[in-house]
Amino acid sequence: MFHALWAKRTWLSTICVLSGLPVAALSFYIILMMFALLWGTAVLVVTLPFMLGALFAASRMLTRWQRSRFAAFMDVRLGEFPRPERQTYSRRALAEAGQGSSWSQVVFHFFVNLLISCVTFTFVVTFWCIGLTYSTIFAHGWLLPEKGQFGWDVHSPKILGMYTTFGLIFLLAAPWIARGAAALELGIAKGMLAPSKEKELAQRVDTLTESRAAVVDAADAERRRIERDLHDGAQQRLVSLAMNLGISRASMSDAPPEARKAIEEAHEEAKQALVEMRDFVRGLHPAVLNDRGLDAALSGIAARSPVPVQLTVNVEKRPSSTIEAVAYFVVSEALTNIAKHARATRASVDVIRRGDFLHIQIHDDGQGGASPTQGTGLLGLAQRVASVDGTLHLESPIGGPTTIEAELPCA
Amino acid sequence: MRIVIAEDSVLLREGLVRLLEVNKIDVVEAVHDADALLKALEKHQPDLALVDVRMPPTHTDEGLRAALVARRQWPHIAVLVLSQYVEERYATDLLSGDNRGVGYLLKERVADVAEFLEALNRVAAGGTALDPEVVSQLMVRHRNDPLDALTPRERDVLQLMAEGRSNGNIASALFVSESAVAKHVNNIFTKLGLTNSDDHRRVLAVLHFLKETL
Repeated sequence: MFHALWAKRTWLSTICVLSGLPVAALSFYIILMMFALLWGTAVLVVTLPFMLGALFAASRMLTRWQRSRFAAFMDVRLGEFPRPERQTYSRRALAEAGQGSSWSQVVFHFFVNLLISCVTFTFVVTFWCIGLTYSTIFAHGWLLPEKGQFGWDVHSPKILGMYTTFGLIFLLAAPWIARGAAALELGIAKGMLAPSKEKELAQRVDTLTESRAAVVDAADAERRRIERDLHDGAQQRLVSLAMNLGISRASMSDAPPEARKAIEEAHEEAKQALVEMRDFVRGLHPAVLNDRGLDAALSGIAARSPVPVQLTVNVEKRPSSTIEAVAYFVVSEALTNIAKHARATRASVDVIRRGDFLHIQIHDDGQGGASPTQGTGLLGLAQRVASVDGTLHLESPIGGPTTIEAELPCA
Repeated sequence: MRIVIAEDSVLLREGLVRLLEVNKIDVVEAVHDADALLKALEKHQPDLALVDVRMPPTHTDEGLRAALVARRQWPHIAVLVLSQYVEERYATDLLSGDNRGVGYLLKERVADVAEFLEALNRVAAGGTALDPEVVSQLMVRHRNDPLDALTPRERDVLQLMAEGRSNGNIASALFVSESAVAKHVNNIFTKLGLTNSDDHRRVLAVLHFLKETL
């Protein structure tokens, strides 16, 4: 029953409300000054944007104060309104003037906060004072004159008891009044100083979508860079090495057999390394994908597949390079999987663009039973498709056949 | 034989020059980009141009584009295009129009000196040299069509024929007699509805078939 009296939350709420009034008064004063300046210089139309900017800057500073007040005493972090994009100072100020959120902050700091704070401050102070004074009257009642209010004898036990009960009621109510007052302040601040939960989430989704797209594009660019580096570096060296070994091999017919054998082996290994390097590098991001698009790039991997593949590509308008890279990756991974696990005799790949979507279907007549949990690369495939907001659907009953369908947005 | 080389990697350019000069082939100029290639071709009028696909400035397909320009401007100069990866689409571009003296090989084929020189000579003589990788890419587009009627052995023969090889060459590659190859070739032409003729024309017929019926 008395626990609320010394609970941390009670005291933090009380301090929050007590600190609110001076801050509110100062805010009122600052905004008033800004309005005065704005009004005073309004005749010079050119300064208007600058004065507006100053008004919003002041209001933003006050919002930051409120934000830290609620963070410190109420442990609540208020969200922030997005600001218009950085441009010239005056343009940005004018853009802000068009935002409701700028004005709701100004209005809050100008008078709403002050009005609310006056009421909450009064209530909280009153309850604490009456509660503390009257509930302890037995200790300091002797200081009072004998005839008190209404001619009551304040020293009579009956009156003292009445006063004490009265005080206790206020004292017990005070923590709840303080908490309620602080909550009311917070609620109003939330409404006027911070975006609504929905808006905040929508805003967050926007930024996440943007940053994810940037990450996906960056990864794609990185893959292209690695492909280019390997092409210009290691691959050329390997070709040169294999060629020199080839020249040596052809020209050392009279060398000792051991030397000949060593050169022959080195030559074969260099050629094998070239094949492996070529397959690896092509899987990263084939140059032909940029130059000629999906159709050309896919016929390359379809041809390399050990399982015969029937390829149909019908993409008249090329999607973005990131979508093309994902589509290429999907087909390439799926065909690798088919070759490794499916025991298929035939496979088909269909890539069709319908409106703003790229539909990819890979079908094989293998043994089925493919699942993303088996670490067959299907999980990576699903992730890469999801990274561009695409969907992946896998149907692979035990015994087959297996169909992978992907749908990539390409507006 | 007089050759102009266009290759942007210094290492490989020098290696190719060495490879060719060791084998008594005259490299009249070795350049590092497409513009220099066209200038050199105009100046030297060589027998053959050996061209890398990816060259500066964009490192995409400028070598191929230059080769196409060269084909149009100087049809008598044979062109052998080398590339780190072969793409059926690039081959289709190269082979459109007059296919005399055209080659398209993976760069790493230079490591097999004898075979590479054989292909080089074939192209310089007006023949064709297509990388096996390209041919299999062309053939992959032909499921469920007349190619299905071919036996596996006939498919092998078709593949080698499309690379530009002669009957004798095919026979030694497959370890069969030349007459057996000739028989397979006849069967292929009958099944595909083409007319069999001399070495070069039949390559064109096969490639035309592979390209046109995509």
